[in-house]
Amino acid sequence: MMQTKVQGEKKIVTGDYAAAYGALLSRPKLVAAYPITPQTFIVEHISEFINDGKMDCEYMPVESEHSAMSACIAAQATGVRTYTATSSQGLALMHETLFVAAGLHLPIVMPVVNRTVAAPIGIWCEHNDTMPQRDTGWLQMYCEDNQEVLDMVIQAYKIVEDERVLLPMMVNLDAFILSHTVEPVELLDQAKVDAFLPPYKPKHAYLDPDDPMVVGSFAPPEYIQEARYQTEMSMQSAREVAGEVTEKFADKFGRDYGGLIDTYRMEDADVALMTLGTVTGTARDVVDQFRANGKKVGLVKLRFFRPFPTQEICQIAERVKALGVYDRAISFGSGGPSWIETRHALYGHTDIPVLGFLAGLGGRDVTPEDVGTMFNSVLDASKGQHRHTVSWIGTRGVQP
Amino acid sequence: MTTVKELPVQDWFTSGHTACPGCGGAIVARIAMKVFGQNTVVYHPASCMLIFSGTYPLNAFKVPYLHVLFENSAVCASGIKRALKRLGKDDVNVVAFAGDGGTADIGIQALSGAAERNEDIVYIMYDNEAYMNTGIQRSGSTPFGAWTTTTPVGSVKAGKMEFKKDVPAIVMAHNVPYVATASLAYPTDLIKKLEKAKTKKGFRYIQILAPCPTGWKADTSKTVELAKLAVETGLWTLFEFEDGKYTLSRTPKFSPVEEYVGMQGRFKHLTPDNIATIKEWIKKKWEREKQLALVYK
Repeated sequence: MMQTKVQGEKKIVTGDYAAAYGALLSRPKLVAAYPITPQTFIVEHISEFINDGKMDCEYMPVESEHSAMSACIAAQATGVRTYTATSSQGLALMHETLFVAAGLHLPIVMPVVNRTVAAPIGIWCEHNDTMPQRDTGWLQMYCEDNQEVLDMVIQAYKIVEDERVLLPMMVNLDAFILSHTVEPVELLDQAKVDAFLPPYKPKHAYLDPDDPMVVGSFAPPEYIQEARYQTEMSMQSAREVAGEVTEKFADKFGRDYGGLIDTYRMEDADVALMTLGTVTGTARDVVDQFRANGKKVGLVKLRFFRPFPTQEICQIAERVKALGVYDRAISFGSGGPSWIETRHALYGHTDIPVLGFLAGLGGRDVTPEDVGTMFNSVLDASKGQHRHTVSWIGTRGVQP
Repeated sequence: MTTVKELPVQDWFTSGHTACPGCGGAIVARIAMKVFGQNTVVYHPASCMLIFSGTYPLNAFKVPYLHVLFENSAVCASGIKRALKRLGKDDVNVVAFAGDGGTADIGIQALSGAAERNEDIVYIMYDNEAYMNTGIQRSGSTPFGAWTTTTPVGSVKAGKMEFKKDVPAIVMAHNVPYVATASLAYPTDLIKKLEKAKTKKGFRYIQILAPCPTGWKADTSKTVELAKLAVETGLWTLFEFEDGKYTLSRTPKFSPVEEYVGMQGRFKHLTPDNIATIKEWIKKKWEREKQLALVYK
């Protein structure tokens, strides 16, 4: 359970404002960005902060998302903290640059407003923009509400600037459901954030004529495999660091997000559903309804997708009879990405049924009834009665 | 005005690199780095220069050096400069060395964006008129008629059918503080332009003809001669566009183009009609240069 000690000013703001305010509090020295719906409020608010003198940094209103990430990579490689934000097609356009940010071990932080990718073109919530970026070497986490967006921008810098990690990180927030929806958010106190997040002082990569270094050298096979191994080791270290930062943040600001996952009413649950993003909020209510009817269901909130919380999910699986995994994205020909990852994590560890649920694609609402359908399927599965391993929920002409 | 003899003996692009014999790009890098010196950060896109300057853990550049990708030289150099400014090192020169493919084609979006924002960088395009690093494929900067591996000499079509893209004019259209063209065969003019670029603030663009004996199918001892003939035939204009004023740096002799193309295997299939087309192109180009001199005076 989250405990809130109100310390900063509380305001009613959108998720995009929270993402922008997180940038303000983190004091990046360079922001480079390109507008894309529904990320636009982020760049607009940052422009306002800068023009009102509330934020002091280089601002590069660049000509594309590819250039936005390129500018961040170059500036971060020079030795300063950077920030950008994007969504959907913008992230797809950035794809090539994402590998470089990770390969050069540059701890760039980027909120991504999760939006569907064309075709068909749409602007509403889907995770098919960030999920395909899972192999780029970026940490990824998914937010449930606007407070988490702000808190995670600051935590993200703290996690990735740790010398054990030094990788970039996406802080993902659902299009419109968070980006354009107002909620009360505690805007953290700047002095406390400064104490939590000291200035960025890189030892591993910088461009200084007094101490020349090549960053991004052409490398033969004699070296690249070791570089890949180092990136994997950094990602593995991020598990521990994310946990430490969660605790430090909770100590300082009073909100404990649990770490790579969070749980709700899991103590004595017979079955569990794992969700990510805003559906988690809906699912909390559905858990309460099911519990009121005597059904012992619980909820697992998948916060980090990279690194994937393998151990945590294994521990959950040991305690339940069936597990459902909700995805707002699909890897065509296989299934929902977090369902695939969960099955992989549990292979050889447990033989409980692990069902995949696809819902809310293209921004379709995921209602409490939809989530209820998922829980009922998982309950059926715990009794050996499920029909599908992967179910499409709320799809015209398709039986869930 | 600094002459070649007055350049520092010290090199910041040193021997030990792996460029082909007669590489114009390597000469450009060596001269440019003598002008820019130690207080410089360089950016390289994917290019011959990225490869021949060094393979990890070696590098021929003695200054900090960044490579990110292919199409983003202008924005990466801009990011470096902005970061240096925030680190209190605004006096550091930030120089991008990019080839013609990385500039005229895949990099032109980032080039245009950085020019429009008047980013405080020097952008040097070493123009060897094709994608030489990947094995001599045509670029937008490849001249009419030239053989490349993607404009092969076949029975129906032979060589590039289109004309060279005028990138300096495109950059001039952004009204940046400094645009110049140069040729390594005129080092005093080249050094003067590099020094101006070093001194000025804002977006500075220099396009330098850098013959590639490998890709041009030319004798490796003829690099400087080719760079000279390109100017004297009128194929390559030497000019400066400084604070809105256009100045020709040299009026060529308009020597016969046959001598220039005759030294290069990439042109050996040219027909008399092709030669006539090139001559007509030179004529029109110089009419345009005269107009530019009148408009931007």
